[in-house]
Amino acid sequence: MKRAIKPDAAAALIPDGSVLLIGGFMGVGSPHRLIDALVARGARGMTVVANDTAMPGHGIGKLVTAGAISRLITSHIGLNPETQAKMIAGEIEVELVPQGSLVERIRAGGVGLGGILTPTGLGTEVEDGKPVIEVDGKRFLLEKPIRGDFALIAAHQADYVGNLAYSLTAHNFNPVMALAAATVIAEPDAIEPVGVIPPDAVKTPGVLVDHLIERAH
Amino acid sequence: MDAKELIARRVAREIRSGMLVNLGIGLPSLVANFVPANAGVFFQAENGVIGLGARPPEGMEDPNLTDAGGGFVTAVPGAASIDSAMSFGLIRGGHLDMTVLGGLQVDAKGRLANWKVPGKMVPGMGGAMDLVTGAKSVVVAMQHSARGEAKIVAECSLPLTSLRRVNLIVTDLAVIVPTEDGLVLTETAPGVTVDEVRAQTGAPLTVSADLREMDLA
Repeated sequence: MKRAIKPDAAAALIPDGSVLLIGGFMGVGSPHRLIDALVARGARGMTVVANDTAMPGHGIGKLVTAGAISRLITSHIGLNPETQAKMIAGEIEVELVPQGSLVERIRAGGVGLGGILTPTGLGTEVEDGKPVIEVDGKRFLLEKPIRGDFALIAAHQADYVGNLAYSLTAHNFNPVMALAAATVIAEPDAIEPVGVIPPDAVKTPGVLVDHLIERAH
Repeated sequence: MDAKELIARRVAREIRSGMLVNLGIGLPSLVANFVPANAGVFFQAENGVIGLGARPPEGMEDPNLTDAGGGFVTAVPGAASIDSAMSFGLIRGGHLDMTVLGGLQVDAKGRLANWKVPGKMVPGMGGAMDLVTGAKSVVVAMQHSARGEAKIVAECSLPLTSLRRVNLIVTDLAVIVPTEDGLVLTETAPGVTVDEVRAQTGAPLTVSADLREMDLA
């Protein structure tokens, strides 16, 4: 049995300077109330690992606008001109990672692997400074694992033990991130009694989830 | 017919029944408009859906069902929702039959640059590097030139997306097949001459013995 906490109580658990894995793809499947609470408490100096920074005024874009992020590991900022401007101005240090490498680096961090070997990025700027490893005559880049202090994820349903189920394109990075942080905070659309989510439909087992965000009022 | 529609119609001719196809943001996404709904094609969006469908009716959008650009979509019968690890497993693992991507430059070796204009525009590679690395077939759909500057060049001056030679370039003027021996012009758009194509191309072009007019039916 987990206890549900308010978004501001969750935001208070997260110190400035933390590494945050934040779920979502263009804001779809992002923990919006948690993000709002981090902005409200004036979070600073965060390292954010996320697929993208959505758009100004939406999802992770709100953390960009609020000046909460000092470092960003992401695959795409093309739809958020503010992130690009802050990168060029030197206000946010940005590491761009191919999307498939980003999700596998987080997965590696979550499942105890020392990295991944991928052909993606060979011969491009992404290769710079990384070991190239040959396996059976094929060349691969070594990409290192990523872990977070906190994973801030969104789900469609949770149950009282923290099992999570996701909806359609709101899965994205959330199930992988749930494995890869010291503390996992999940913001579901609804929290159901145990049994409502069939075991076969659970994508993130509750043992991985530390805190649930209580329902919106 | 405007340039974008012409390109989209021609690319659509490459798509066959039973294919799994990923369409990039922008111009490439228009291709779906010219593939019959009963063609037996599944469109994949890298944010996590196989079986992307048309835009939903006004007021019936599901906020958890979008394409990779964040636009509302539907799902066709037989669709599946997947997380980002599975999505890029399909892409990188060679399970995707075709990707259609926009381009900033393609060079004489058939190498694509489409994720960065240093100092000007840094959208990030998103899924592009994985798509070009892993898809069975890579089709670049783009305007032949931009503000009078050739986009098909001897050597890319912009950062590469991959070392992989793309399979096909479709522009508003021509269809070009990159080969080991360089770029081969196989089709011209209606009313466009070979000389006009050459004048707007910055790389050597071999004219195919089977040169024909673009089939847009």
